Amino acid sequence: MATTKKKMVQWDPAHVKAELLAKYPTKVARKRSKQIMINEALENETPEITANVRTTPGIITMRGCTYAGCKGVIMGPTRDIVNIVHGPIGCSFYAWLTRRNQTDAGTDGENYMNYCFSTDMQDSDIIFGGEKKLAQAIQEAYDLFHPRSIAVFATCPVGLIGDDIHTVTKRMKEKFGDCNVYAFSCEGYKGVSQSAGHHIANNQVFRHIVGENDEEKPGKYKINLLGEYNIGGDGFEIDRIFKKCGITNIATFSGNSTYDQFASAHKADLNAVMCHRSINYVADMLETKYGIPWIKVNFIGADATAKSLRKIAQYFGDQEFIDQVEAVIAEEMPDVLAARADVCTRTEGKTAMMFVGGSRAHHYKELFNEMGMKVISAGYEFGHRDDYEGRQVIPDLKVDADSRNIEELTVEADATRFNPRKSAEEIKALEDAGYKFKHYDGLAPDMDKDTLIIDDLNQYEAERMVELMKPDIFCAGIKEKYSIQKLGVPMKQLHSYDSGGPYAGFKGAVNFYHEIDRLVNSKVWSYMKAPWQNNPQLSASYGCE
Amino acid sequence: MLLRHTPKEITERSALMINPAKTCQPIGAMYAALGIHGCLPHSHGSQGCCAYHRSALTRHYKEPVSAATSSFTEGSSVFGGQANMLQAIENIFTVYNPVIIAAHTTCLSETIGDDLKQIRKKALTEGKIPEGKYMISASTPSYVGSHVTGFSNMVKSMAGLAESTGKKNGKVNIIPGWVEPSDMEEIKRLTNMLGVKTILFPDTSGVLNGPLSGEYKMFPDGGTTVEELISAGDSIGTLALGEWCSAAAAHELDTQNKVPCQVLDMPFGLKATDRFIDALRIMGGVTVPDELSMERGQLVDMISDMHQYLYHKKVALVGDPDQLIAMTEFLVSIDMCPIHIVTGTPGKEFERRIKEITKDMPFEVNVRAKGDMFLLHQWIKNEPVDLIMGNTYCKYIARDEDIPLVRWGFPILDRQGHQYFPTVGYKGALRLLEKILGALQDRKDRDDPETKFELVL
Repeated sequence: MATTKKKMVQWDPAHVKAELLAKYPTKVARKRSKQIMINEALENETPEITANVRTTPGIITMRGCTYAGCKGVIMGPTRDIVNIVHGPIGCSFYAWLTRRNQTDAGTDGENYMNYCFSTDMQDSDIIFGGEKKLAQAIQEAYDLFHPRSIAVFATCPVGLIGDDIHTVTKRMKEKFGDCNVYAFSCEGYKGVSQSAGHHIANNQVFRHIVGENDEEKPGKYKINLLGEYNIGGDGFEIDRIFKKCGITNIATFSGNSTYDQFASAHKADLNAVMCHRSINYVADMLETKYGIPWIKVNFIGADATAKSLRKIAQYFGDQEFIDQVEAVIAEEMPDVLAARADVCTRTEGKTAMMFVGGSRAHHYKELFNEMGMKVISAGYEFGHRDDYEGRQVIPDLKVDADSRNIEELTVEADATRFNPRKSAEEIKALEDAGYKFKHYDGLAPDMDKDTLIIDDLNQYEAERMVELMKPDIFCAGIKEKYSIQKLGVPMKQLHSYDSGGPYAGFKGAVNFYHEIDRLVNSKVWSYMKAPWQNNPQLSASYGCE
Repeated sequence: MLLRHTPKEITERSALMINPAKTCQPIGAMYAALGIHGCLPHSHGSQGCCAYHRSALTRHYKEPVSAATSSFTEGSSVFGGQANMLQAIENIFTVYNPVIIAAHTTCLSETIGDDLKQIRKKALTEGKIPEGKYMISASTPSYVGSHVTGFSNMVKSMAGLAESTGKKNGKVNIIPGWVEPSDMEEIKRLTNMLGVKTILFPDTSGVLNGPLSGEYKMFPDGGTTVEELISAGDSIGTLALGEWCSAAAAHELDTQNKVPCQVLDMPFGLKATDRFIDALRIMGGVTVPDELSMERGQLVDMISDMHQYLYHKKVALVGDPDQLIAMTEFLVSIDMCPIHIVTGTPGKEFERRIKEITKDMPFEVNVRAKGDMFLLHQWIKNEPVDLIMGNTYCKYIARDEDIPLVRWGFPILDRQGHQYFPTVGYKGALRLLEKILGALQDRKDRDDPETKFELVL
């Protein structure tokens, strides 16, 4: 098949930026201007990007709330914790099985993922308080299921009426004795996006679960995989690769995870961080309290997977392990390269846009690169500046009123269990060899010059971008999917993957190549106009007299 | 087993709801608002509410669902959301330019006591609502009622736009309730057949079942126009379909505009459709055309042809009150036996209606308003059924218990057709029968031993 190198639509980033801002009231335009960055452009008036700030009311945002980040994202995928949502019914209903976190019920068979639990608050609870009902709900869950753990999530009204969910859960925990009960103050109005919810979840998992099980775990190369949610089975694929390499995954935060994984996380010797945005707090705290270093990894993309595996092997430094990792990569790559060579004949030179998450838009760039596709614009829904510009900006981040409300846990080295996994000399030797701990460069350095990096993209801007820049594929979430497709541009969900996956690891990369090939080359996009719409003239021979 | 922890033994729960058969008010308000032409629904609360409702509706319809939010922060939760709402109104009219904003509250804005009517007045005074543009609002606290209540509240607010000029317009208002766009289209086809001029509101046909044409219309061609809503005050009468969904709006038109109303069941199945057509004929002063009697006859014909497969088959039902009342009646009318019936929506009247409809059935009936699907599953474990009818969440029960499932209701996240093929009217009842028979006969073909496997069914 002939190579279908496509001539890219020509556009000037400054012009596109001006077009995006043109329709806004002045105040909105001024604010949005700081969240739209022309990458590495010298004349750029905003050398740094504004991120993690409030969305303007009335602007149709892609963002969700703190509860969604806490319950939906971080705590949702753990199978053996009964997650009770304290609030009116909706919040629990909407987070019921909609994120496509896959799970394996394991040998113990404990799996509450398919259930939806709520206190279904009524007006009387709002008026008189919901603490009694919450305690009763926890009791009923305990009596019915006898789970090892029950988590409680606050929704908006809970904070407003002042229900003390932490005291209720503490009391119930003491009463049961064999069930860890704790709560998350993740009211939807906190913070400016899901991101605040991630932070709240990180804090409570660390405070209430991590370190609860001191049993030794077998395994030579023990790591935790942080920020992997097993959407579409990504975690299954990564675990398959780990097993082949001889890596023991003590805990995944939190795809296909269990309570005991979290409780044993301090037994690992390295933390590998996937989604930097949602979980870096846990990584930092595990290091401070237990002495476990962390590195940034990315298992999205076959080349990135190989790179991440090598990084893990280099950390442990054991030649046998390094050889095994190389053997696995050598075994897995031929199939990947064959699939890549095939799809590239149809995808090379095509363009993509990605507006997802707080790390995904960066991770998936690897996969598009592998297919010869160019990402012409990208951004995060709930990223912070460090996710764009790299962690070196963290000390300069301004703490505004919204982020001040989110608790920062102060963690100290554990008196008995702190154990630096590497000595200062070992760390230095690795760093001298180019190894980077606690390091994340962010999205911007990976994006080409003159591409557009946009934070908290909204519906209007998305539509204008597609009209102006005509990408071959657009990636975001379910809310954006069909408005983009109406324009005749295929849209791939990168939150929940539509119906596909896994896309992580080696097999996942092949799946993704095929999926994108299917989308950008589907025949359906040629059917949008009927024959009579393309050629409306009447034929002379049938013309009316 | 997907729901392996659900025990057969039923224990009463007073505080913990498990696997709900309802969701919250605001999503109903949002769905209703999408049935007004040129309308942008607006959620006055945290961003998450709006994101969740849009996602749920999008997954059900596979169509874009635009709606804005007041994006509450902790500050607005303390000081009130008026500033956010005013800013939103200004931004919405500038950036999206809808004809009308239909705003609803959330548990957050209700708890802090925001008053959308007062905020609208302030916006009007400050000139934030441009000439010729509209804003309506509904109070939809999530901790009262269910998604059905929210739908009803927003439809009632639409009725609030009606004006009386003193001159009748010769039309009949039809309030269809929470049915699919395809159903609304079918109701219009039926009224056209009868030759009755109507104002149907809300009307999501042409909004949530749009074409792929290379053009994205944020405000699609469908929907009831504001002019029609205003004119509803001059109609000769109102037919409200469904007590829970539509009666409040009909009563509003009755008291405010002196438009007399009749509240009927939703026209699912033979008898409810009969009552709808008969009421429409009388209110519109027309005779029913032969084509429609023909459609009715075809339905009766299929019931008689296939009666042996339906007779005394036990069914478990879950959904919303108006829909379940009509469906229960339909199933009983074709000699099927709906024995477990659950809605999450509160209302004792629901249980009374169901008991009345099923009183002559040869089996005992379990019915519960304010119930949940955990209870339904337990009932099924104790008294198995031949068929389950309900939303997509039923498939976890269906798979565990190996029972055929007909998807019907909200939400349907894993099958297609509800956007395009109606289940109201005689044609709709034929489609329901086709689905029910298909499920039962597929099961028979799967389960019959080879010796009994039959070509002709």
